[in-house]
Amino acid sequence: MIRVQYFARYRETLGLDDEALDMASDWTRIDDLRQHLLGRGGAWEVLAERNLMCARNQELCSLDEPLEDGDEVAFFPTVTGG
Amino acid sequence: MAIRVQAAAFDPGGELNALHAANVGVGAVVGFVGYVRDFNDGQEVGGMFLEHYPGMTEKALEKIAREAEQRWPLLRLEILHRIGRLEPGEPIVFVGTASAHRQAAFDACNFVMDYLKTRAPFWKKEDTQEGPRWVEGRDSDKAAADRWRND
Repeated sequence: MIRVQYFARYRETLGLDDEALDMASDWTRIDDLRQHLLGRGGAWEVLAERNLMCARNQELCSLDEPLEDGDEVAFFPTVTGG
Repeated sequence: MAIRVQAAAFDPGGELNALHAANVGVGAVVGFVGYVRDFNDGQEVGGMFLEHYPGMTEKALEKIAREAEQRWPLLRLEILHRIGRLEPGEPIVFVGTASAHRQAAFDACNFVMDYLKTRAPFWKKEDTQEGPRWVEGRDSDKAAADRWRND
């Protein structure tokens, strides 16, 4: 199971803050999960944005980061704190 | 180090003075305070909401603080960031550094803010006359953070 979270503008665009997905056997990187989500079409195209950021188990990572069953993944737009 | 993420308002002067209290080895204290402005990107701002990623936020700030402590000889380091509803004129963030001499405190404070801006999971949503809008990240913030790499 992969827990996926969405924040800020992505959360609003998708109308979803959190979901759990069964890990597919051909997912090896965060980007494989993202491609699966993009395949849903419509609002999910927001995950194709150039400025998309992601985190694996609450640490910033690249889309090439390995993905393992049990991971917590988050997708969000560029951070704007401070 | 001290990391605090809170909805409650804070007093920047009190935070700054506390960095020196009870440590006469501290010869330099530098503090940065970020405030909510009433104008941004061509529009009046009536306030904002600060969203964050509970759990990751604290870890990200701790990681930034640890890196600052490895790079500079700091005696104290504090990061305080607010979340939730904020009004114009209110402080959003405080970063305070204390060291024996000024350069470490100046540089570390600058570094922490540059990294916080680009690596800590906070998002601002401003209230404008045309309705709420998400603040977009700036390339200049990324450039500011990049200058600390391998120098």
